[in-house]
Amino acid sequence: MAEPRADLRASIRLQRGELAIDVALACPPGITCVMGPSGSGKSTLLAALAGLVAPDAGRIAIGDEVWFARDAGRPASVDVAVHARQLAYVFQGLALFPHMTARANVMYGMQDVARDARPGKAQALLERLGVGHLAARRPRTFSGGEAQRVALARALARSPRLVLLDEPFSALDRALRAQLIALVRELVSELGVPLVHVTHSPAEARQLADQVVRIERGRVVACGGAADVLANVTSLDD
Amino acid sequence: MWSVNWAPLWLSLQIASLSTVATLIVGTALSLVLAWRRLPARHLFDAVVSAPLVLPPTVLGYYLFVALGRGSPIGRAWEWLFGAPIVFTFTGAVFAAAAGSLPLVVRSIRLGIESVEPNLIAAARTLGARPWRVVWTVVLPLAAPGIIAGAMLGFARALGDYGATQMLVGSRIDGTPTASIFVMDKLLLTGRNDQVFAMSLATTIVGVTLLYLANRLTHRLHHRG
Repeated sequence: MAEPRADLRASIRLQRGELAIDVALACPPGITCVMGPSGSGKSTLLAALAGLVAPDAGRIAIGDEVWFARDAGRPASVDVAVHARQLAYVFQGLALFPHMTARANVMYGMQDVARDARPGKAQALLERLGVGHLAARRPRTFSGGEAQRVALARALARSPRLVLLDEPFSALDRALRAQLIALVRELVSELGVPLVHVTHSPAEARQLADQVVRIERGRVVACGGAADVLANVTSLDD
Repeated sequence: MWSVNWAPLWLSLQIASLSTVATLIVGTALSLVLAWRRLPARHLFDAVVSAPLVLPPTVLGYYLFVALGRGSPIGRAWEWLFGAPIVFTFTGAVFAAAAGSLPLVVRSIRLGIESVEPNLIAAARTLGARPWRVVWTVVLPLAAPGIIAGAMLGFARALGDYGATQMLVGSRIDGTPTASIFVMDKLLLTGRNDQVFAMSLATTIVGVTLLYLANRLTHRLHHRG
């Protein structure tokens, strides 16, 4: 078992059609915002970290626990299956299971928790995120903000070692987004794990990020504190 | 009131029910395999599974007769295991009905499986689910409308099977014809139009009622999320 509060260290090279990614990341516990114009490879980078897309070469490790290692032109020497990487992933479209209640969605990732303890733990998480009253309802009936909170609760229920957020707040209004950003900050600080957050919004990155990584055409063009990387940036398509 | 022998309809319903159960099990497994995009020779495999759709029923029946006959390895193994042959029996009729309806069932279930949003499958994987758990808890429940539609089409196809059943089983199973064979026999051999009409009407009512119920169920499942 790797040590708690471990850094994410990743170097990823992959080619998917027109998109070529060649990125090295070092993310300490806390929030790293990955920013860049549309099509710069941000979501593919998250998918690669999660194991949903296999890099052509590179290495992904949380502390001393290696999830992926592959030299160019050779088969992977390490490739931990997606289900075995202890991570939380909130997808852009949230991907809540429509045939399950909010509680069942949150319990889905609790395979390591005793069966009879799962409903209570799921309910507590939903309460913590302010959506306890939705526990017995299905996602079709949720508002955008409610669905975001349930998706966060589901992702965090696994006690993750790495949290990946793929623009989960993009469809929310400013007030709701600010509320959720504060909540994410609080939860990540408690967990003490790296969180990689893909966003288009410089304002969101300024509010959230301990570190900002700016990507263009699959390459890191700037990395550092939000104030340095986002100085004079109002839109990522600038 | 018509004096109609309802035994053929009852026999056809039994055959179609068992055929539907068999094609649902085999069809779901085949659909999962065919939905796997990295399957080698996927298109060829798909064409072979779909072949009964384009074969004349008598040709399908002939292939089944050759593959399942008493001299074939499968036929001999079956007879050794169960003490009775496949051909010219009730079991043969189920095989014939299932073979004809399998491609319809597979196509429908496959559509259901492929309509499941890939992000839901990815989410299940990132939540620690192994492949079989993803299939059982996410893919199959969300593909339920396609599975029910497949069962419905398969049942309707099996209920009306004629050519393949004739080739594999003959015109009687323990002295009773299936409903479709009964209609043909009565019309051609006895000219009993009242019996032909009654059996046709009963088969139609059963088929349409089942299709209606399945449609209602599919609709409810589509809108339950």
